[in-house]
Amino acid sequence: MSVKIEYHKFDVVVVGAGGAGLNAAQVASQYCKTAVVSEVYPTRSHTISAQGGISAALGNLEEDHWHWHMYDTVKGSDYLCDQDAAEYMTKQAPEMIIALEHIGLPFSRTPEGKIAQRPFGGHTAEFGKRAVKRACYAADRTGHAMLQTLYEKSVAQGTHFYSEFYALELLTNEGAVNGVLCYDIQSGELHVFNAKAIVFATGGNCRIFQTNSNAHINTGDGLALALRKGYSWSDAEFFQFHPTGIYGAGNLITEGVRGEGGILLNAQGERFMERYAPTIKDLAPRDIVSRSMTLEVLEGRGVGPMKDHTLLKIDHIGAANIMEKLPGIHELALVFAGVDCTKEPIPVNPTAHYQNGGIPTGYLSQVIKGNMDKEEFVPGFFAAGECASASVHGANRLGTNSLLDLVVFGRTAGEQAAKYAAQNSLVPLAENAGQEGLGFLNKYANANGKYTFGEIWGELTRTMQTKMGVFRTDKLMKECYATLLELEAKMDDYRVNDKSSVYNLDLIEALELNNMILVAKACTQAALLRKESRGGHFRDDYPDRDDANFLKHTEVYLEEDGKTPRVDYRNVRLKPLTVETFPPKPRVY
Amino acid sequence: MNTVTFEIFRYDPDKDKEPYYQTYQVEMRRPGYLMLDALNQIKWEQDPTLTYRRSCREGVCGSDGLNVNGVNMLSCMTKVEDLGSDHIVVQPLPGMNVMRDLVVDVDDFFAKFITVKPYLIRHTPNPDKEIYQSPEDRKKLDGLYECISCGCCSSSCPSYWADKKYLGPNAFLRAWRYIVDSRDEGADERLPILNDKHGVWRCHTIYNCVEACPKELNPTEAIMNIRKLLLENKI
Repeated sequence: MSVKIEYHKFDVVVVGAGGAGLNAAQVASQYCKTAVVSEVYPTRSHTISAQGGISAALGNLEEDHWHWHMYDTVKGSDYLCDQDAAEYMTKQAPEMIIALEHIGLPFSRTPEGKIAQRPFGGHTAEFGKRAVKRACYAADRTGHAMLQTLYEKSVAQGTHFYSEFYALELLTNEGAVNGVLCYDIQSGELHVFNAKAIVFATGGNCRIFQTNSNAHINTGDGLALALRKGYSWSDAEFFQFHPTGIYGAGNLITEGVRGEGGILLNAQGERFMERYAPTIKDLAPRDIVSRSMTLEVLEGRGVGPMKDHTLLKIDHIGAANIMEKLPGIHELALVFAGVDCTKEPIPVNPTAHYQNGGIPTGYLSQVIKGNMDKEEFVPGFFAAGECASASVHGANRLGTNSLLDLVVFGRTAGEQAAKYAAQNSLVPLAENAGQEGLGFLNKYANANGKYTFGEIWGELTRTMQTKMGVFRTDKLMKECYATLLELEAKMDDYRVNDKSSVYNLDLIEALELNNMILVAKACTQAALLRKESRGGHFRDDYPDRDDANFLKHTEVYLEEDGKTPRVDYRNVRLKPLTVETFPPKPRVY
Repeated sequence: MNTVTFEIFRYDPDKDKEPYYQTYQVEMRRPGYLMLDALNQIKWEQDPTLTYRRSCREGVCGSDGLNVNGVNMLSCMTKVEDLGSDHIVVQPLPGMNVMRDLVVDVDDFFAKFITVKPYLIRHTPNPDKEIYQSPEDRKKLDGLYECISCGCCSSSCPSYWADKKYLGPNAFLRAWRYIVDSRDEGADERLPILNDKHGVWRCHTIYNCVEACPKELNPTEAIMNIRKLLLENKI
């Protein structure tokens, strides 16, 4: 292994180059010297895969109001989101969309030239009365169009990019976050970034599930790095299982298909969502649709030889309409299901899609460390996007609120980090900074044991899929945790065959697997202790929501040993910034 | 189960004086088995040292451009059965420096893309609302904005191989995407760059880029449009 270490100093360092990271970077770069470090080239981050849209109450096609959007977000979250953050995000949304349009995002248009909008799950007018057209889109490539635009804007803004750099350790000193240790995948060299402010925008972790819509890079590395430094993962037990993953492959079919008129059918050809959500039917929020689909299968109404999935029908809107508004979906269905969706329905099943919780932050993206008794902001540390939790998603995220979350809190993180950097001096690196990250690197670079990535990752994802999925029980989750401990032990008898210093993907996969096992343990422990059902967390043994005991954020920390989860809790911020609180109510659609 | 032979380009600068090809037998485990499934099967079950890029696994991130049986394509969107052969030769994208196995150096490729100022340039103050754009004007961006920067086009282009400073079809497609955008006012800044001796005139219109593009885009058409505009402007 090379031991050369290169040192860099910046005002702001952003870790991750998806929508949140790039928006933070392009904003911070307008004020100060800003770098982005990313495991992949920026345009290859997972925001690129987002399809259907980004929500904002522009009211371009029908009357809409940010307050209605806020209500939908709070109700969609099963009342677990922080209402100050929900107000902040939905109120800023229209102006944020206009800002994105002004820097070039190629939105689809209405006949009069305005940004086009389509309906999406859980988005309603007049506090739940009817579905509303709120999702702004660029065909079914909204994330792609957004990420390209933000990358190009940050290039124009002079952001410094360090691509194919893998973060090994978050660095701290004197009570502040002040840097990050990175491994250059291309050269095998080490880089230490010392900065006044660090923005984490490291994305999600759904690669821990067997059936998922995520990219290879979505392994929860940022969460693992934050956990090891004594920060928490908020609402770790809440995952989003997106209803329409392609059967067998897991790749996503956007909710925009249902927004454009697509419907879900069971083996009897019945539009079953009419029974589960009489008002908005197939456009109910994702947790409800995924559970309904799974119930149809469990009750024997699944389709196919194994009767194990349902069908998504869209051909009735016409081939021309499909090819104009959903061309990417047509291609994905052809490749991954062998189906021409202008003629036949697409076989679908719920797929692990999104991590609802994350590193806790205030509505200004400042990372919080806290519990039920007290909370404080961590100096120099900001987080945004899927890795963070402001929280606007609570127990269940609404479709199109993720892209909005990325850009609103990404921009805020960029502004706040730049402001923090202007007001504070650089905290020097601690003596021997980076020893922990180097320890992991050396452990796996020199690992000559028995087990390799394929077998351990396979067992990890199968276990999470069957025991931490759409329906959970105490027994299943305890079995899951026991298996995770076995897998963790196997990591001490691991083998990295590749000893090269150049593009050693075998080594990167080992480091990622080590992080995936840690985050899998953390979320399983959080789920075990939340003895209620809320949003994406549904337990057969506790099927009802329990506001008396569980209207609070889970905060998973690590014990001193650096690997055992310790579950704590923190108050939900029920008070919005200016409007009245939306008090918890039963969630019917 | 049907087995297919994969002959894969290998090179590790840490230990190999020169590249070589290594052969693997890969099981086709279901209909529609993808090239990426095959590479993952090798890496996770036979040889963890095999190195290639991949991320989104659905044809949008552009990480996994490869040369398969002589043709550039994305591994995640290519079905092995569609190649019509039980002997598959896999090489890195041609015309780019090989870093390791199937991984090529793309820094120069991205730098060229940035050269053409791929961002909206405006001198008119923006309105408070969105800049209106008719559906017809928006339609002009279709076939341009979908580019995923995988490099399949530029690395299939002999002009790109021969002239190390040639900007290449990817950069021209991106430039045209902005020039043709009704909101953009930056054509005057981009045209001199495109008119350079390493610019659009180096294209020999052999359409390799069009054939190679996994998103079925047409960089040659963009190049012809840029040339037409240059001639009209008599630059």
